[in-house]
Amino acid sequence: MTEWIISILLLIGGSFVLVGSIGLVKMPDFFMRLHGPTKATTLGMASLLTAAMVFFSTAQSGLSVKEILISIFLLLTAPISGYMLIKSAIHHKLDSIERTQGKDNIEDDV
Amino acid sequence: MLDTVILIVFAMIGLSLLLNLWRLLIGPSVPDRILALDTMYINSIALIILYGMSMGTGLYFEAALLIAMLGFVSTVAVCKYLLRGDIIE
Amino acid sequence: MRLDTRFKWLPTPILSLLLFFVWLLLNNSVSAGHLVLATILALVIPWITSPFRTKQPLVIKPWLAFRHLLLVLYDIITANVQVAILILGPNKKLTPGFVKVPLDLTHSMPITILASTVSLTPGTVSAEVYPWRECFTEGEKPKQRFLLIHVLNLKDEQALIDTIKERYEAPLKEIFQC
Repeated sequence: MTEWIISILLLIGGSFVLVGSIGLVKMPDFFMRLHGPTKATTLGMASLLTAAMVFFSTAQSGLSVKEILISIFLLLTAPISGYMLIKSAIHHKLDSIERTQGKDNIEDDV
Repeated sequence: MLDTVILIVFAMIGLSLLLNLWRLLIGPSVPDRILALDTMYINSIALIILYGMSMGTGLYFEAALLIAMLGFVSTVAVCKYLLRGDIIE
Repeated sequence: MRLDTRFKWLPTPILSLLLFFVWLLLNNSVSAGHLVLATILALVIPWITSPFRTKQPLVIKPWLAFRHLLLVLYDIITANVQVAILILGPNKKLTPGFVKVPLDLTHSMPITILASTVSLTPGTVSAEVYPWRECFTEGEKPKQRFLLIHVLNLKDEQALIDTIKERYEAPLKEIFQC
Protein backbone atom coordinates (compact mmCIF):
# COMPACT_ATOMS: atom_id res chain seq x y z
CA MET A 1 0.00 0.00 0.00
CA THR A 2 2.67 2.51 1.03
CA GLU A 3 4.64 1.42 -2.03
CA TRP A 4 1.75 2.60 -4.20
CA ILE A 5 1.56 5.98 -2.44
CA ILE A 6 5.32 6.48 -2.79
CA SER A 7 5.26 5.51 -6.48
CA ILE A 8 2.36 7.84 -7.33
CA LEU A 9 3.93 10.78 -5.46
CA LEU A 10 7.29 10.13 -7.15
CA LEU A 11 5.71 10.01 -10.62
CA ILE A 12 3.69 13.21 -10.01
CA GLY A 13 6.81 14.98 -8.74
CA GLY A 14 8.96 13.80 -11.64
CA SER A 15 6.36 14.89 -14.21
CA PHE A 16 6.03 18.36 -12.66
CA VAL A 17 9.81 18.85 -12.64
CA LEU A 18 9.92 17.73 -16.27
CA VAL A 19 7.06 20.11 -17.21
CA GLY A 20 8.95 22.98 -15.57
CA SER A 21 12.04 22.25 -17.66
CA ILE A 22 9.98 21.83 -20.84
CA GLY A 23 8.50 25.27 -20.16
CA LEU A 24 12.02 26.62 -19.73
CA VAL A 25 13.01 25.41 -23.20
CA LYS A 26 9.74 25.87 -25.09
CA MET A 27 8.58 29.40 -24.21
CA PRO A 28 9.46 32.26 -26.57
CA ASP A 29 10.63 35.01 -24.19
CA PHE A 30 12.25 35.35 -20.79
CA PHE A 31 9.18 36.50 -18.86
CA MET A 32 7.19 33.48 -20.00
CA ARG A 33 10.08 31.12 -19.32
CA LEU A 34 10.08 32.25 -15.70
CA HIS A 35 6.63 30.72 -15.07
CA GLY A 36 7.73 27.10 -15.50
CA PRO A 37 10.58 26.87 -12.99
CA THR A 38 9.04 29.09 -10.30
CA LYS A 39 5.77 27.16 -10.07
CA ALA A 40 5.89 23.69 -11.58
CA THR A 41 9.35 22.81 -10.24
CA THR A 42 8.45 23.95 -6.72
CA LEU A 43 5.37 21.73 -6.52
CA GLY A 44 7.28 18.85 -8.14
CA MET A 45 9.98 19.09 -5.50
CA ALA A 46 7.39 19.24 -2.70
CA SER A 47 5.78 16.07 -4.05
CA LEU A 48 9.14 14.25 -4.43
CA LEU A 49 10.18 15.21 -0.91
CA THR A 50 6.84 14.01 0.50
CA ALA A 51 7.50 10.69 -1.23
CA ALA A 52 10.96 10.56 0.37
CA MET A 53 9.38 11.36 3.74
CA VAL A 54 6.92 8.45 3.45
CA PHE A 55 9.70 6.15 2.20
CA PHE A 56 12.12 6.84 5.05
CA SER A 57 9.33 6.72 7.63
CA THR A 58 8.34 3.21 6.59
CA ALA A 59 11.71 1.76 5.53
CA GLN A 60 13.63 2.69 8.65
CA SER A 61 12.70 2.61 12.28
CA GLY A 62 10.85 5.70 13.45
CA LEU A 63 9.23 8.66 11.80
CA SER A 64 11.34 10.83 9.52
CA VAL A 65 9.91 14.27 8.82
CA LYS A 66 13.04 16.31 8.20
CA GLU A 67 12.54 16.23 4.43
CA ILE A 68 9.71 18.73 4.92
CA LEU A 69 12.38 21.33 5.79
CA ILE A 70 13.66 21.35 2.20
CA SER A 71 10.10 21.67 0.87
CA ILE A 72 9.38 24.66 3.12
CA PHE A 73 12.71 26.24 2.21
CA LEU A 74 12.09 25.89 -1.53
CA LEU A 75 8.53 27.17 -1.17
CA LEU A 76 9.79 30.26 0.66
CA THR A 77 12.72 31.02 -1.64
CA ALA A 78 11.15 30.37 -5.08
CA PRO A 79 9.21 33.71 -5.21
CA ILE A 80 12.26 35.64 -4.03
CA SER A 81 14.64 34.26 -6.65
CA GLY A 82 11.90 34.73 -9.27
CA TYR A 83 11.52 38.33 -8.19
CA MET A 84 15.27 38.95 -8.35
CA LEU A 85 15.45 37.37 -11.83
CA ILE A 86 12.54 39.38 -13.27
CA LYS A 87 13.95 42.57 -11.72
CA SER A 88 17.31 42.02 -13.39
CA ALA A 89 15.53 41.20 -16.68
CA ILE A 90 13.60 44.49 -16.52
CA HIS A 91 16.82 46.30 -15.62
CA HIS A 92 18.52 44.86 -18.73
CA LYS A 93 15.44 45.82 -20.83
CA LEU A 94 14.96 42.33 -22.24
CA ASP A 95 12.46 42.10 -25.09
CA SER A 96 9.13 40.44 -24.51
CA ILE A 97 7.31 39.03 -27.53
CA GLU A 98 5.16 41.37 -29.59
CA ARG A 99 1.73 40.25 -28.46
CA THR A 100 2.50 41.05 -24.82
CA GLN A 101 -0.17 43.43 -23.51
CA GLY A 102 0.43 46.41 -21.28
CA LYS A 103 4.13 46.83 -21.98
CA ASP A 104 3.89 50.51 -21.08
CA ASN A 105 3.10 49.54 -17.48
CA ILE A 106 6.83 48.97 -17.00
CA GLU A 107 8.50 52.05 -15.58
CA ASP A 108 12.22 52.72 -15.71
CA ASP A 109 13.95 51.88 -12.48
CA VAL A 110 16.48 54.18 -10.95
CA MET B 1 7.94 -2.14 -8.27
CA LEU B 2 9.46 0.78 -6.35
CA ASP B 3 12.87 0.22 -7.97
CA THR B 4 11.35 0.52 -11.45
CA VAL B 5 9.48 3.71 -10.52
CA ILE B 6 12.65 5.21 -9.04
CA LEU B 7 14.49 4.38 -12.28
CA ILE B 8 11.75 6.06 -14.37
CA VAL B 9 11.84 9.18 -12.19
CA PHE B 10 15.67 9.17 -12.47
CA ALA B 11 15.23 9.27 -16.25
CA MET B 12 12.68 12.13 -16.01
CA ILE B 13 14.95 14.25 -13.82
CA GLY B 14 17.93 13.48 -16.04
CA LEU B 15 15.96 14.58 -19.10
CA SER B 16 14.93 17.83 -17.43
CA LEU B 17 18.57 18.46 -16.43
CA LEU B 18 19.52 18.04 -20.10
CA LEU B 19 16.79 20.51 -21.14
CA ASN B 20 18.10 22.99 -18.57
CA LEU B 21 21.61 22.50 -19.91
CA TRP B 22 20.32 23.27 -23.40
CA ARG B 23 18.79 26.54 -22.16
CA LEU B 24 22.03 27.30 -20.30
CA LEU B 25 24.03 26.88 -23.52
CA ILE B 26 21.77 28.73 -25.98
CA GLY B 27 20.11 31.22 -23.57
CA PRO B 28 20.17 34.53 -25.43
CA SER B 29 20.59 36.72 -22.34
CA VAL B 30 22.32 36.50 -18.97
CA PRO B 31 19.09 36.25 -16.88
CA ASP B 32 18.09 33.24 -19.01
CA ARG B 33 21.28 31.47 -18.05
CA ILE B 34 20.84 32.29 -14.38
CA LEU B 35 17.28 30.94 -14.54
CA ALA B 36 18.61 27.73 -16.11
CA LEU B 37 21.24 27.39 -13.36
CA ASP B 38 18.59 28.04 -10.70
CA THR B 39 16.41 25.25 -12.10
CA MET B 40 19.43 22.97 -12.38
CA TYR B 41 20.29 23.16 -8.71
CA ILE B 42 16.69 22.41 -7.73
CA ASN B 43 16.72 19.39 -10.03
CA SER B 44 20.02 18.21 -8.57
CA ILE B 45 18.41 18.23 -5.12
CA ALA B 46 15.74 15.91 -6.54
CA LEU B 47 18.47 13.68 -8.00
CA ILE B 48 20.31 13.44 -4.66
CA ILE B 49 17.11 12.63 -2.73
CA LEU B 50 16.27 9.92 -5.29
CA TYR B 51 19.78 8.45 -5.02
CA GLY B 52 19.39 8.32 -1.26
CA MET B 53 16.08 6.50 -1.70
CA SER B 54 17.51 3.93 -4.09
CA MET B 55 20.46 3.32 -1.74
CA GLY B 56 18.09 3.19 1.23
CA THR B 57 20.04 5.69 3.31
CA GLY B 58 19.04 9.07 4.71
CA LEU B 59 22.62 10.34 4.76
CA TYR B 60 22.18 12.49 1.66
CA PHE B 61 19.60 14.74 3.30
CA GLU B 62 22.18 17.14 4.71
CA ALA B 63 23.85 17.45 1.30
CA ALA B 64 20.50 18.29 -0.30
CA LEU B 65 19.74 20.92 2.34
CA LEU B 66 23.17 22.53 1.83
CA ILE B 67 22.71 22.61 -1.95
CA ALA B 68 19.29 24.24 -1.50
CA MET B 69 20.71 26.98 0.71
CA LEU B 70 23.85 27.68 -1.33
CA GLY B 71 21.91 27.61 -4.60
CA PHE B 72 19.41 30.20 -3.39
CA VAL B 73 22.13 32.47 -2.05
CA SER B 74 24.17 32.23 -5.25
CA THR B 75 21.14 33.01 -7.45
CA VAL B 76 20.34 36.10 -5.41
CA ALA B 77 24.00 37.17 -5.35
CA VAL B 78 24.40 36.89 -9.14
CA CYS B 79 21.12 38.79 -9.72
CA LYS B 80 22.24 41.48 -7.30
CA TYR B 81 25.50 41.74 -9.23
CA LEU B 82 23.56 42.16 -12.50
CA LEU B 83 21.35 44.84 -10.96
CA ARG B 84 23.94 46.95 -9.18
CA GLY B 85 27.36 45.85 -10.40
CA ASP B 86 28.20 45.11 -6.78
CA ILE B 87 27.09 42.42 -4.33
CA ILE B 88 27.58 44.11 -0.98
CA GLU B 89 26.86 47.82 -1.02
CA MET C 1 -1.44 48.03 12.42
CA ARG C 2 0.53 47.46 15.62
CA LEU C 3 4.30 47.64 15.59
CA ASP C 4 5.09 47.15 19.31
CA THR C 5 5.40 43.61 20.60
CA ARG C 6 3.00 41.83 22.95
CA PHE C 7 5.63 40.60 25.43
CA LYS C 8 8.95 42.22 26.25
CA TRP C 9 10.77 38.90 26.71
CA LEU C 10 9.41 37.39 23.47
CA PRO C 11 10.00 39.94 20.69
CA THR C 12 9.01 37.72 17.77
CA PRO C 13 6.72 34.82 18.75
CA ILE C 14 6.43 33.38 15.24
CA LEU C 15 10.19 33.37 14.67
CA SER C 16 10.64 31.63 18.03
CA LEU C 17 8.12 28.96 17.07
CA LEU C 18 9.85 28.49 13.70
CA LEU C 19 13.29 28.15 15.33
CA PHE C 20 11.91 25.60 17.81
CA PHE C 21 10.42 23.39 15.11
CA VAL C 22 13.36 23.74 12.69
CA TRP C 23 15.78 22.59 15.42
CA LEU C 24 13.60 19.55 16.22
CA LEU C 25 13.20 18.74 12.50
CA LEU C 26 16.94 19.05 11.81
CA ASN C 27 17.71 16.58 14.58
CA ASN C 28 14.63 14.49 13.80
CA SER C 29 13.95 13.72 17.44
CA VAL C 30 11.72 14.81 20.33
CA SER C 31 13.95 13.65 23.18
CA ALA C 32 14.02 15.75 26.34
CA GLY C 33 17.52 17.11 25.70
CA HIS C 34 16.62 18.42 22.26
CA LEU C 35 13.37 19.92 23.56
CA VAL C 36 15.27 21.90 26.20
CA LEU C 37 17.95 22.99 23.71
CA ALA C 38 15.31 24.05 21.16
CA THR C 39 13.49 26.11 23.80
CA ILE C 40 16.73 27.82 24.82
CA LEU C 41 17.60 28.60 21.16
CA ALA C 42 14.07 29.83 20.41
CA LEU C 43 14.24 32.26 23.34
CA VAL C 44 17.86 33.42 23.11
CA ILE C 45 18.30 33.97 19.34
CA PRO C 46 15.37 36.47 18.93
CA TRP C 47 16.46 38.21 22.14
CA ILE C 48 20.05 38.72 20.86
CA THR C 49 19.01 39.75 17.35
CA SER C 50 16.07 42.02 18.28
CA PRO C 51 18.16 45.26 18.35
CA PHE C 52 19.21 44.63 14.72
CA ARG C 53 15.82 44.01 13.19
CA THR C 54 13.37 46.64 11.98
CA LYS C 55 9.95 46.57 13.63
CA GLN C 56 7.47 44.45 11.69
CA PRO C 57 3.68 44.63 11.99
CA LEU C 58 2.13 42.21 14.43
CA VAL C 59 -0.10 39.35 13.33
CA ILE C 60 -3.33 40.39 15.04
CA LYS C 61 -5.41 37.37 14.02
CA PRO C 62 -3.28 34.19 14.05
CA TRP C 63 -6.22 31.86 13.40
CA LEU C 64 -7.18 33.77 10.24
CA ALA C 65 -3.52 33.70 9.17
CA PHE C 66 -3.50 29.90 9.51
CA ARG C 67 -6.70 29.59 7.44
CA HIS C 68 -5.25 31.92 4.79
CA LEU C 69 -2.12 29.73 4.66
CA LEU C 70 -4.24 26.63 3.99
CA LEU C 71 -6.16 28.48 1.24
CA VAL C 72 -2.88 29.55 -0.40
CA LEU C 73 -1.52 25.98 -0.25
CA TYR C 74 -4.69 24.69 -1.94
CA ASP C 75 -4.41 27.43 -4.59
CA ILE C 76 -0.76 26.53 -5.23
CA ILE C 77 -1.71 22.94 -6.09
CA THR C 78 -4.61 23.86 -8.41
CA ALA C 79 -2.59 26.69 -10.00
CA ASN C 80 0.28 24.33 -10.77
CA VAL C 81 -1.98 21.95 -12.65
CA GLN C 82 -3.35 24.89 -14.69
CA VAL C 83 0.15 26.21 -15.45
CA ALA C 84 1.33 22.74 -16.46
CA ILE C 85 -1.57 22.47 -18.94
CA LEU C 86 -0.79 25.97 -20.29
CA ILE C 87 2.90 25.11 -20.71
CA LEU C 88 2.22 21.85 -22.53
CA GLY C 89 -0.38 23.46 -24.82
CA PRO C 90 0.47 25.40 -27.97
CA ASN C 91 2.51 28.59 -27.54
CA LYS C 92 0.48 30.60 -30.05
CA LYS C 93 -2.68 30.56 -27.91
CA LEU C 94 -0.96 32.22 -24.94
CA THR C 95 -1.50 35.95 -24.48
CA PRO C 96 1.05 37.24 -21.97
CA GLY C 97 0.77 40.67 -20.43
CA PHE C 98 1.90 43.05 -17.73
CA VAL C 99 -0.76 44.23 -15.28
CA LYS C 100 -0.57 46.95 -12.63
CA VAL C 101 -2.51 46.10 -9.48
CA PRO C 102 -3.29 49.07 -7.18
CA LEU C 103 -2.49 48.18 -3.57
CA ASP C 104 -4.37 49.13 -0.42
CA LEU C 105 -1.54 47.87 1.77
CA THR C 106 1.12 50.39 2.71
CA HIS C 107 3.71 48.60 4.85
CA SER C 108 6.45 46.63 3.10
CA MET C 109 5.98 43.41 5.11
CA PRO C 110 2.35 42.68 4.01
CA ILE C 111 3.28 43.75 0.46
CA THR C 112 6.14 41.20 0.48
CA ILE C 113 3.76 38.45 1.59
CA LEU C 114 1.23 39.46 -1.09
CA ALA C 115 3.93 39.50 -3.81
CA SER C 116 5.14 36.03 -2.78
CA THR C 117 1.60 34.60 -2.82
CA VAL C 118 0.99 36.13 -6.24
CA SER C 119 4.24 34.58 -7.50
CA LEU C 120 3.20 31.13 -6.33
CA THR C 121 -0.42 31.17 -7.61
CA PRO C 122 -2.28 31.08 -10.97
CA GLY C 123 -0.04 31.99 -13.88
CA THR C 124 1.28 35.23 -12.39
CA VAL C 125 4.73 36.38 -11.29
CA SER C 126 5.11 39.62 -9.35
CA ALA C 127 7.76 41.83 -10.88
CA GLU C 128 8.00 45.19 -9.18
CA VAL C 129 6.43 47.57 -6.65
CA TYR C 130 5.88 51.19 -7.71
CA PRO C 131 6.86 53.67 -6.36
CA TRP C 132 9.83 51.91 -4.87
CA ARG C 133 11.02 53.16 -1.50
CA GLU C 134 13.39 51.39 0.85
CA CYS C 135 11.77 52.57 4.06
CA PHE C 136 8.67 54.22 5.35
CA THR C 137 9.19 57.77 6.66
CA GLU C 138 7.06 58.97 9.54
CA GLY C 139 4.43 61.67 9.04
CA GLU C 140 4.49 61.50 5.26
CA LYS C 141 1.16 60.66 3.65
CA PRO C 142 1.59 57.27 1.95
CA LYS C 143 1.25 57.40 -1.82
CA GLN C 144 -0.81 54.90 -3.80
CA ARG C 145 1.43 51.93 -4.55
CA PHE C 146 1.18 49.52 -7.45
CA LEU C 147 2.29 45.93 -7.88
CA LEU C 148 3.46 45.08 -11.40
CA ILE C 149 2.76 41.45 -12.29
CA HIS C 150 3.45 39.39 -15.39
CA VAL C 151 0.60 37.11 -16.46
CA LEU C 152 1.17 34.03 -18.59
CA ASN C 153 -2.30 33.98 -20.14
CA LEU C 154 -4.12 37.30 -19.79
CA LYS C 155 -7.82 37.09 -20.64
CA ASP C 156 -9.67 39.66 -18.53
CA GLU C 157 -7.52 42.25 -16.81
CA GLN C 158 -10.17 43.67 -14.46
CA ALA C 159 -11.33 40.23 -13.33
CA LEU C 160 -7.74 39.26 -12.49
CA ILE C 161 -7.19 42.42 -10.45
CA ASP C 162 -10.47 41.83 -8.59
CA THR C 163 -9.53 38.21 -7.84
CA ILE C 164 -6.14 39.19 -6.42
CA LYS C 165 -7.64 41.98 -4.31
CA GLU C 166 -10.47 39.87 -2.93
CA ARG C 167 -8.77 36.54 -2.49
CA TYR C 168 -5.30 37.49 -1.30
CA GLU C 169 -5.20 41.15 -0.28
CA ALA C 170 -8.37 41.41 1.82
CA PRO C 171 -7.38 38.58 4.25
CA LEU C 172 -3.91 40.14 4.65
CA LYS C 173 -5.49 43.49 5.49
CA GLU C 174 -7.58 41.80 8.15
CA ILE C 175 -4.68 39.74 9.55
CA PHE C 176 -2.44 42.79 10.03
CA GLN C 177 -5.34 45.21 10.72
CA CYS C 178 -4.04 47.91 8.43
